[in-house]
Amino acid sequence: MAKTRITALLILLLGIGLGFIVYKTEISHRNLAPDAKVTGWAKYPFKLGLDLSGGTHLVYKADVSLIDSTELGNSMDALRDVIERRVNVFGVSEPIVQVQNSGFSSVGEERLIVDLPGVTDVAKAIEMIGQTPMLDFRTENSNKDQPQEVTVGPDGQVKLDMYAQYVKTDLTGRYLDKAILNFDQTTGEPIVSLQFDTEGAALFEKITSENVGKQVAIFLDGQPISIPTVNEAISGGQAQISGDFTADEAKTLVGRLNSGALPVPISLISTQTIGPSLGEQATTAGVKAALIGFLAIALFLIIWYRLPGMIAVVALTMYVVIMLTVFKMVPVTLTAAGIAGFIISIGIAVDANVLIFERIKEELRGGDGVGDSIHHGFKRAWLSVRDSNISSMITAIILFWFGTPLIKGFALVFLIGVIVSMISAISITRLFLYTLNIKKRNKFTSFLFGSGFSNASNTAAPAVQK
Amino acid sequence: MFIIKYKKIFVAISAILVSLSIASILVFGLNFGIDFKGGSLLEVEYTNIRPEQKVIEDIIKPLSIGEIRVQPMGENGYSIKTRDITEGERGSIMQALGGEVIEKSFTSIGPSVGAELVRKSIISFILVVLGIIFWIAYSFRKVSKPVSSWKYGFIAIASLIHDVTISAGVFAFLGFLTGVEVDTLFVVAILTILGLSVSDTIVVFDRIRENIRIGHFKTFEETVGRSINQVYTRSIATSSTVIIALLALVFFGPTSTKMFAIMLTAGMFFGTYSSIFLASPLLVITNNLQKKTK
Repeated sequence: MAKTRITALLILLLGIGLGFIVYKTEISHRNLAPDAKVTGWAKYPFKLGLDLSGGTHLVYKADVSLIDSTELGNSMDALRDVIERRVNVFGVSEPIVQVQNSGFSSVGEERLIVDLPGVTDVAKAIEMIGQTPMLDFRTENSNKDQPQEVTVGPDGQVKLDMYAQYVKTDLTGRYLDKAILNFDQTTGEPIVSLQFDTEGAALFEKITSENVGKQVAIFLDGQPISIPTVNEAISGGQAQISGDFTADEAKTLVGRLNSGALPVPISLISTQTIGPSLGEQATTAGVKAALIGFLAIALFLIIWYRLPGMIAVVALTMYVVIMLTVFKMVPVTLTAAGIAGFIISIGIAVDANVLIFERIKEELRGGDGVGDSIHHGFKRAWLSVRDSNISSMITAIILFWFGTPLIKGFALVFLIGVIVSMISAISITRLFLYTLNIKKRNKFTSFLFGSGFSNASNTAAPAVQK
Repeated sequence: MFIIKYKKIFVAISAILVSLSIASILVFGLNFGIDFKGGSLLEVEYTNIRPEQKVIEDIIKPLSIGEIRVQPMGENGYSIKTRDITEGERGSIMQALGGEVIEKSFTSIGPSVGAELVRKSIISFILVVLGIIFWIAYSFRKVSKPVSSWKYGFIAIASLIHDVTISAGVFAFLGFLTGVEVDTLFVVAILTILGLSVSDTIVVFDRIRENIRIGHFKTFEETVGRSINQVYTRSIATSSTVIIALLALVFFGPTSTKMFAIMLTAGMFFGTYSSIFLASPLLVITNNLQKKTK
């Protein structure tokens, strides 16, 4: 008995602990200054989907008619990298760029999906994505070693304007024939080899001969990606970028260089923009509905199921806290549909409890003692709890598998909800009921375990054979 | 036993409800929205008092966008529906509307995206139904007497079709009253109703399964009747909690999920009704027919 009680206490404490974490992470994140560095607690806010945070959702169709089918995957990945880079330059926080392959469920189109939270200026976003990326070589500015103006941001970060240190040359990605990934023979370090066409080779030779002993910076989309020092004039149009990057980084770089321009032409086929005010309204309403729904269910449970009802409310609170923690940690992107899924899952979470309580009540009516009734009640209810939840899980999995992002948001929350609720109902509720250790049967305990207008007395219904 | 005694009446009530729903779908129709057909939806709000609907139409007409539909939205806004327009065209509409307008949301969906959703919806629907039939047949595999486990599966599906048809009928009627269109969430609602309503049917069937195993009651009819008596309070209680949650969503939740919650409420309600008043009587009727043919 003592063991059961200690476990119950530990679980309660765990619930309180998780609740504290959810609260603390949310408050910390809310109190953040807009441009402050995100650390500690604040790193785990709820992740809101575009319909709640406001933002832009773009769907592009890739024209792959000229691409060899074996190269399809590579081209789409290269396309995603190019777009991702362009989006990152724009300074969007947590953009999502993903390839949607043509499967048997789609209409045979290769698509690229771009989610830009917080961006509501569609025109600007579309323009930015449509840009061709620029690879260019820059030489040292004559005043490079002069003191530069350094600014200190409000968050204490030092900002140095790198770009003023270099001046553009005529050599750009236009003259790049191809980029290849190599490894250094002796050190094994990854090296990116560039091969220029004849025009580019001449330019490169001129630049290197003029800058021996100095740095030549390679810029991609206006940002320096490698700043090697020239040892000697290089003819033949071959350049190498070696730096302290990993093999994976070098591989991505090669991909990006080779896809200087978009590897595949794209056209916009779908746009969705949600204004920030609309998103905020939806979030507030969702939270309100969740709170009211939860309180109403709690009230119903206590009035209808009395003592087990109260325990169910504790288990339900634990369920909510666990779910919120899961949302933060996975993290699950919450949408309006996802919040709806969560609210419904609160209702379903009760389901298993109710099934169990009704069973316990029946066992009591059948003339069992309280302890035995609880024991048998759980055992017998488990099968139907399991079977009835599996059908919901089948639905959720298929919805997730086939869904558009909107549907996925719902399906994921719903699936996690059904699984977590089953576990919490079975394990937590049982533990708490045992902990109370009610052995006696009298009018009062019959009342406590009763429901609605009837007590759990054995006169109310014919005995069920055990 | 009450329900089994009057089983024909309850089955008839269900048949009438389903017929009414089919009639509602045929008469009012399901208006498929831009999610399926492709097109654009621009939602705007005026900072001051909004002008007349006609004024908006007259402003947009010269832009040669084609057919437009302007509907009032909220207290001070309009929703403007058009064919799927380009970013440039959206810009010109906003410019024409002037400076007192805030763009709340803009959605433009190409026809291929819509076609894909139709296809995905149909495939998901078929998979969910198949998944449920197989699951029920599997979990009831040991109860093949007197009614084979496959029949439990098909009767569960029959009651599912009942629930889904009625929910869709309710939607068609509300669509007629309020102009709500069928969107992605409609599909999600239908599929979720499939999952939830079969849960409830399984609870009833599970009890029948258990009582058959105990072998306490003489006839199959009595077994089913007693099983219903044993489970109906808990069926109603479990559905009530879900419906409470859904009603909170209908009355306090975001506008975008309101219709979704109403549909699920209807689905939950009729799902519980059908598992008690339709699925079980059908089980008895099937058994009786089986006896007659033997």
